[in-house]
Amino acid sequence: MITVTTTDTTDHGGDVRLSGIAKTYGSFTAVHPLDLTVPQGSFFALLGASGCGKTTTLRMIAGLEEPSSGTVFLGDQEVTRLPPYKRPVNTVFQSYALFPHLDIFENVAFGLRRRGIKSVKKQVEDMLDLVQLGEQARKKPHQLSGGQQQRVAVARALINHPKVLLLDEPLGALDLKLRRQMQLELKRIQTEVGITFVHVTHDQEEAMTMADTVAVMNAGRVEQLGSPADLYENPKTTFVANFLGTSNLIEAEVDSRIGDDIVLKAGGGKLVLPEARCSAPTTTGGKVLVGVRPEKISLTHADDAGEIPVGRNRITGTIADSSFIGVSTQYVVDSPVCPEFEVYAQNIDRDARLVPGAEVVLHWNPAHTFGLDAAQSLLAGTTGSAGVQEETAA
Amino acid sequence: MSTLAEAPPVAPAPEKRPPRQRGRLVPYWLLLPGILWLIVFFALPMIYQASTSVQTGSLEEGYKVTWHFATYWDALSQYWPQFLRSVAYAAAATVLCLVLGYPLAYLIAFRAGRWRNLIMILVIAPFFTSFLIRTLAWKTILADGGPVVGALNTLHVLDVTNWLGWTSGDRVLATPLAVVCGLTYNFLPFMILPLYTSLERIDGRLHEAAGDLYARPWTVFRRVTFPLSMPGVVSGTLLTFIPAAGDYVNADLLGSTDTRMVGNVIQSQFLRILDYPTAAALSFILMAAILVMVTVYIRKSGTEDLV
Repeated sequence: MITVTTTDTTDHGGDVRLSGIAKTYGSFTAVHPLDLTVPQGSFFALLGASGCGKTTTLRMIAGLEEPSSGTVFLGDQEVTRLPPYKRPVNTVFQSYALFPHLDIFENVAFGLRRRGIKSVKKQVEDMLDLVQLGEQARKKPHQLSGGQQQRVAVARALINHPKVLLLDEPLGALDLKLRRQMQLELKRIQTEVGITFVHVTHDQEEAMTMADTVAVMNAGRVEQLGSPADLYENPKTTFVANFLGTSNLIEAEVDSRIGDDIVLKAGGGKLVLPEARCSAPTTTGGKVLVGVRPEKISLTHADDAGEIPVGRNRITGTIADSSFIGVSTQYVVDSPVCPEFEVYAQNIDRDARLVPGAEVVLHWNPAHTFGLDAAQSLLAGTTGSAGVQEETAA
Repeated sequence: MSTLAEAPPVAPAPEKRPPRQRGRLVPYWLLLPGILWLIVFFALPMIYQASTSVQTGSLEEGYKVTWHFATYWDALSQYWPQFLRSVAYAAAATVLCLVLGYPLAYLIAFRAGRWRNLIMILVIAPFFTSFLIRTLAWKTILADGGPVVGALNTLHVLDVTNWLGWTSGDRVLATPLAVVCGLTYNFLPFMILPLYTSLERIDGRLHEAAGDLYARPWTVFRRVTFPLSMPGVVSGTLLTFIPAAGDYVNADLLGSTDTRMVGNVIQSQFLRILDYPTAAALSFILMAAILVMVTVYIRKSGTEDLV
């Protein structure tokens, strides 16, 4: 059982606890047996490409899908077999699913009325104010913009004070600018109401911006779970390394150990990797994948190689391509150990010699190196791999 | 319409007229056949019938337009029982169609899965045989001493319907029940198809959302599914009620002189008694009555923006 303590609450009545839940459709396994605890009051993201099982997991919490095995707990209550209308959770659906025949007020009041609450006016008005839609109460959903509809969907769910709010790709239909704005707004609302949010998304940036804890899912399994910074800095699999941002991965062989560091052979040179940052077994002579993020790397022209401080990992190569994007310049460097090494250099002092064709030395602090099991595909989680391609197609 | 107007002209435009001008006329050309059809087969006969209804005279001496509106009053005062009966039978058949058709349309739209197309074909299948043949078949089904009447008798259903005045004695044929059954049977597909169309359009996620917001299955139906299917209910009831109110075949084949509907009166005035003014006046009264009822109904059901 993976337990993450990202919030300091003593009341665990709003924890979501999934114990060995799995979902199979015939011979297809959508979700492999999964143990997961979402602590009360946290903003939790399930991140993955489409078909990875993240939405199925969410729907099992909502009660819209019955798990093939395992149990779902909300706080101390087992809800595995409870129909959705008996669960203290609410969902913000991907396409909002607002009731087209009811106005905004009645959409928001729907849950309250179903629970037999008579005087809903005050609560609905307060909730509409929270999402800044007080003026729109008597309009029909189709008269509202996408962003406004999205806020109605959030209000309609939140007004019931659920133990957990489930969000199924709630920002997927919005354009980029609006999406950024809604990310901040959802985060603000979550902080304000303090309800546990479980957010499903395929957008890694969205997950990292909003969530305290991210679970990266792939092919029906949780690949890794942690805070956004932890996942980014210490990926445990090539999928996570590639799906969250970009990673340069180099195949290397374990050569020797110096203190807490492992020395590896890659191409003709040597690289140093802190043992603590390696998630793979490191027997001498064994293979390891060495990874480093593009923004951790410095680029120095080969003529100035002597100025590079000692103790840094170095790789030599030729600039194949460079693109200037304002705050930074992105270089693609061909090197004997890795064909397309990506380097993001901040545009502080630009070296005019760093143009395609130039011989360069790439160097970085060994502490920024991470090690992965070499038995995995180098390309898992990249935009070219199957899982992510589906996403762009959908 | 805007897309039609944007359509490029088929032939190169003549020099004098810019191509836009030509494109703008396309919608009217497309409307032309339908308009002509309506003028020849609807507007002209209506005008002719309207003039017939205010004529006086006889077959031998010929008819003249004398603006004799009293025909309307005479027809209404003489045949009001048949009018009332038509409305009552048509309403009963419409309610029965709704009760029978809604569950079936719901099943086809949400639960039929791969059987959907087969069930749809079964709904439409009766149309492959003539309306008359099918109604005659009901005559056999409901025949005196037949298995259906026997079963209803054994189950004491006939005792109830006799008490209600829908049947008499050991007979079903030639009773109001037979006529209403015939109407229901013949117009059921006109109820099911629009119901199915509007149910099928409902986004399944709305059901999930309602369930997620604490609505039990029955409440989901009452608060979400049924209101959203109102356009189908309205068009289904209209498509059933309007033709049923003017129908004469069912009353003719399955009924008796005590079950004559206004359609039967019009038919006999036209074809047997040859009193054309009265027949035309009855037709217009029926039309006006239906128009008024339909307008009130659409207003009351509040579906103007949904239809």
